[in-house]
Amino acid sequence: MTSTLDSRPRAGAPNPTAPPKKRRRSRVGGGGGRDAWLLVLPALIPVLLFSVYPLAQGLLLGFTDSKAGLNATVSFNGVDNYTQLMGNELFWNSFRIGLIWAFGVTILQFFASLGLALLLNLDLKIRWIARTLALVPWAMPPVIIAIMWRLMLNPTYGPINEGMRAIGLPGDINWLGDFSTALPAVIVVGVWAGMPQTTITLLAGLQNVPTDLHEAASIDGAGAFKRFWHVTLPALRPIIVAITTLDLIWNFNSFALVYVLTAGGPGGQTMLPMLFAYNEAFRYGNFGYAAAMGNVMVVVIGIFLFFYLRSQARSRNS
Amino acid sequence: MTATIDRPQSDNPKRPDRPAPTPRRLSSAKRTRRVTRPLQYLALAGYIVFLGFPLLFLLITAFKTPQELQSAAPSFLPQSLNFDNFTEATEKANLIPAALNSLIVSVATTLIVTVISLPAAYALARFKTKLRTVATGWILLSQVFPFILIIIPLFLVLKQIGLINSLVGLILVYTVWSLPFALWMLQGYVAGIPVELEEAGAMDGGSRLLVLRKIILPLLAPGLVATSLFTFISAWNEFFFALVLIQDPALQTLPLTLARFVGAEGQVQLGQLAAASLLATIPSLVFFALIQKRLTSGLLSGAVKG
Repeated sequence: MTSTLDSRPRAGAPNPTAPPKKRRRSRVGGGGGRDAWLLVLPALIPVLLFSVYPLAQGLLLGFTDSKAGLNATVSFNGVDNYTQLMGNELFWNSFRIGLIWAFGVTILQFFASLGLALLLNLDLKIRWIARTLALVPWAMPPVIIAIMWRLMLNPTYGPINEGMRAIGLPGDINWLGDFSTALPAVIVVGVWAGMPQTTITLLAGLQNVPTDLHEAASIDGAGAFKRFWHVTLPALRPIIVAITTLDLIWNFNSFALVYVLTAGGPGGQTMLPMLFAYNEAFRYGNFGYAAAMGNVMVVVIGIFLFFYLRSQARSRNS
Repeated sequence: MTATIDRPQSDNPKRPDRPAPTPRRLSSAKRTRRVTRPLQYLALAGYIVFLGFPLLFLLITAFKTPQELQSAAPSFLPQSLNFDNFTEATEKANLIPAALNSLIVSVATTLIVTVISLPAAYALARFKTKLRTVATGWILLSQVFPFILIIIPLFLVLKQIGLINSLVGLILVYTVWSLPFALWMLQGYVAGIPVELEEAGAMDGGSRLLVLRKIILPLLAPGLVATSLFTFISAWNEFFFALVLIQDPALQTLPLTLARFVGAEGQVQLGQLAAASLLATIPSLVFFALIQKRLTSGLLSGAVKG
């Protein structure tokens, strides 16, 4: 069991073409070992220097008292940072907000994207408009998505409040500045920004569902919903699990969107863990402490990944 | 065929006990279709509004004068197409130098990433060594790590070698940061080229280098372009690393400048903010439009084939 789990990350997606690949190696690769190293070297050096090394150092930094400043001496302080974190209510609060945000965005995004993907999979007349629009957020810089939604949610000039006034609702809500509305508003923006990848991935998955299965089911008299439940959904399951896990992790790690929308305000109501750690590191200069927060985030991401890998392993075994 | 029919039946065992004549079932299907079609169009329209309205509003705001934006009874469409917001935003927010910085960083990143990922992608796709296992693991890992862990030590390292507050440092970080994804995309395209073509070339007496240049490179060109443009977009849009590494206002990239511009929203006109945002999005949108088909299909083929 553990060995299958270990080998899973590299396999990532199902790999049905393994046997022919092996044959291919023996034909072309030959003694490709050294050639391969030479070809990879130009990419390997910068990655090792500026990616692997900092990452390892970052993990270690979480166990030190490193601070910003020129000649501060850095020393290991064991788990001090973590005991301190345990008692830091602001950090836990930020973690709770981060989880609400990540799950909220991912779940809403999933259902919104699944609905859109199902519609795009039908031959409706104006679907190209929806398809094009669904891709635009993918290309936009997160900073600009945030600016756009600040305009949308502007309490005085924003069209959302204007629309609410027009239908007789209270039209003076300060969406991003009010304690009760800030997090939900930010989550909606997160859904808008993250829909493209999820929609396109699900759409491609839908197009791969064998049509003869659908035909067979409908000859048997299964209605649209039954066909969706018994044919489409099981076929889509691996893709759903994969994209949802990735979305969850990406959302948990997201920064720019909320930084520009609210900068964590009002009163820390939208202070995602990344924002919190950023402030700790680059506003207050507590590098070691911030890296410790990063390590706690890694543990959470590790848990997400573990469930993903277990589910992939199960679906392969069944 | 029978096997495929068997499966849905076993999934809902209740169904066989109430068989209905086929013609009636078909007509009922038609009837439900007549009911569901309008609902489907309604839902699609809802999505179009949700996805498209914010973009439309941004576009409209960019053309409105300050008077129009602040009038008590605002009209939805601007009264005239005035480009004042664009010119004023360009001057006030220092857009031109920022755009230049963004352009330098994005182009340099794209060139470096393309040059170093091309041989590596070929090696990963063609030689199934241990290297491939490690590289794939690293590529996946790099997509899920919280940046805060990388940026602190990176900040310290770059500070030591004097690359804080420098576009070179930013290019370096962007290169390393976009390399894994570029590598993954590109090796998928290489794997899509039949290895038999190379063998045929080699059999005709071509050296390996010649085969690569004359056969593989032309076939790879579209994938290479897609990967490059995607790298460009990522660098052009990036915010977090730039925020940490660039403090000098003269070196700010576009996203940084725009984020600062938001801070001054009180004084600055909303119309200018919208105009500046539109201008900054155009390169990404154009490039994305060029590659989106290839990107969506390429990503998936890469995902499925592994």
